[in-house]
Amino acid sequence: MIWNSASEFWAMGGYGLYVWGSFGVTALLMGGEVILAARHHQRTRESLQMQATTIGSVQDTAKDWQP
Amino acid sequence: MNPYMAVIRRDVSLALRRKNEVMTSVFFFVVVASLFPLGIGPEMNTLRLIAPGVLWVGALLASMLSLGRLFSSDHQDGTLEQMVLSSASLPGLVGAKILAHWLLSGLPLVVVSPVLALQFDLNAQAIEVLMASLLLGTPLLSLIGAVGAALTLGVRGADVLLSLLVLPLYVPALVFGAGAVQAQTAGLGASAHLSILAAMLLVAAVFSPWACASALRVALE
Amino acid sequence: MTRHSNVLFRFAAPQAFYGLAGRLWPWVAALATVLGAWGLWMGMFVAPADFQQGQAYRIIFVHVPASWMSMIIYLAMAFWALLGLTFNTRLSGMMNRALAPTGAMFAFLSLWTGALWGKPMWGTWWVWDARLTSELILFFLYLGFIGLTASIDDPRRADKAGGLLALVGAINVPVIYFSVRWWNTLHQGASVSVTQGSSMAQTMLWAMLLMAMSFWLYAIAIALYRIRTLILEREKHALWVEAELRSEGGAS
Repeated sequence: MIWNSASEFWAMGGYGLYVWGSFGVTALLMGGEVILAARHHQRTRESLQMQATTIGSVQDTAKDWQP
Repeated sequence: MNPYMAVIRRDVSLALRRKNEVMTSVFFFVVVASLFPLGIGPEMNTLRLIAPGVLWVGALLASMLSLGRLFSSDHQDGTLEQMVLSSASLPGLVGAKILAHWLLSGLPLVVVSPVLALQFDLNAQAIEVLMASLLLGTPLLSLIGAVGAALTLGVRGADVLLSLLVLPLYVPALVFGAGAVQAQTAGLGASAHLSILAAMLLVAAVFSPWACASALRVALE
Repeated sequence: MTRHSNVLFRFAAPQAFYGLAGRLWPWVAALATVLGAWGLWMGMFVAPADFQQGQAYRIIFVHVPASWMSMIIYLAMAFWALLGLTFNTRLSGMMNRALAPTGAMFAFLSLWTGALWGKPMWGTWWVWDARLTSELILFFLYLGFIGLTASIDDPRRADKAGGLLALVGAINVPVIYFSVRWWNTLHQGASVSVTQGSSMAQTMLWAMLLMAMSFWLYAIAIALYRIRTLILEREKHALWVEAELRSEGGAS
């Protein structure tokens, strides 16, 4: 183990602000992207399901189609 | 008269009737070149140093501002659709429009540049190189910018979006254009820069009308 | 020949790709997580301090992968753009829209981590060296693509216009990079190189490669996930979408 203590690890030889500022923002953005993608997917499903129930199924309207 | 000359003549005479297209570009260029010393200070040594960059960026921005008008008025009155449908080559017609646009918005900048360069105390050789770099550079900027104008045709917020699209693509022209003048003032000779600028212009002259034509077809279908 | 092209073009149909992406992305994400954890372990707990830069060099374990990914994703977008403009497939445009936000994010991270690395190393938050400046321009190219595709209402037109823009941009990237390098050397800018170590220690290199692989797989996974959302939105009038929505209830 290259670190003698936990506080040494967080301090990063005095460069803690820069190292953790980098890793932190990276984690934040990548995690945020995942969360946003998941939420967008969920909301899309919900809105499309709602549209399908209110407007009615394409199948149902196709049944009434007269040539 | 062949259709390409007709397009050039039409665009130029339409613009000259209103005159504001020419004047806006030139006026903007002059204003930008005057604002920088006001913002930075009258120290002549500093101004001489920053002159190539300031003048080139001013010309670049002035040229960029006039791009929105390249296709929009023809789009609105239906002429553009006629051009797309016509039997004449669309890249050829687009090239003619870009040439007309440059004659109206780019060439005046070249003509005005020596006056502004004197305000920054550039010597005669530097002014020569500046004019040469702008003479090669402004058509290059028009060609590159035209692709952006075609892509954003009729889009909401087209002007700002156009700037965002086109600025990264302008970087090589700016680097070599301003770099040419800087090389001249540093005594290194600008021929390399100007050659590269000329090469880029040739490549753009071949590819840009074709890319614009594709973009216009996408926009109009 | 026809058999191979049938397999390829089978997945060009949004419905088929939806299923494929749905089966693939969890595995890719899992692999990305494993490699990322391994890379972080190696980078933060095994690799020694750098001789010149002390502990601050560890930023490369996110900076370099982010930079690489921002460039790889742009290349991927150019590839899909070429495919889409040649074969007029709907999926190519959707793929680019799925990739662009991640690419822009990585470009931003490259700049952010670059600045945080630069401050302790060179004393300033920003240095106009060729690589960082080119990365900044790449970031603008991404923003331009996202802005253009977001502003055009008609999805097919947005796809094609975006594809053209991505292609034009990709062709220009080498020119831009070359001109920025020329500009940098001529102006005697900061002559530091971002990857300074001449020969990196084995563990450092290994950790960096692991992180790069992890970021790459992450990008693939999230693009596959995102494109499923796009496919649902675009194909919402298709029967298979209705069946899909009904069958899978709340799960994705």
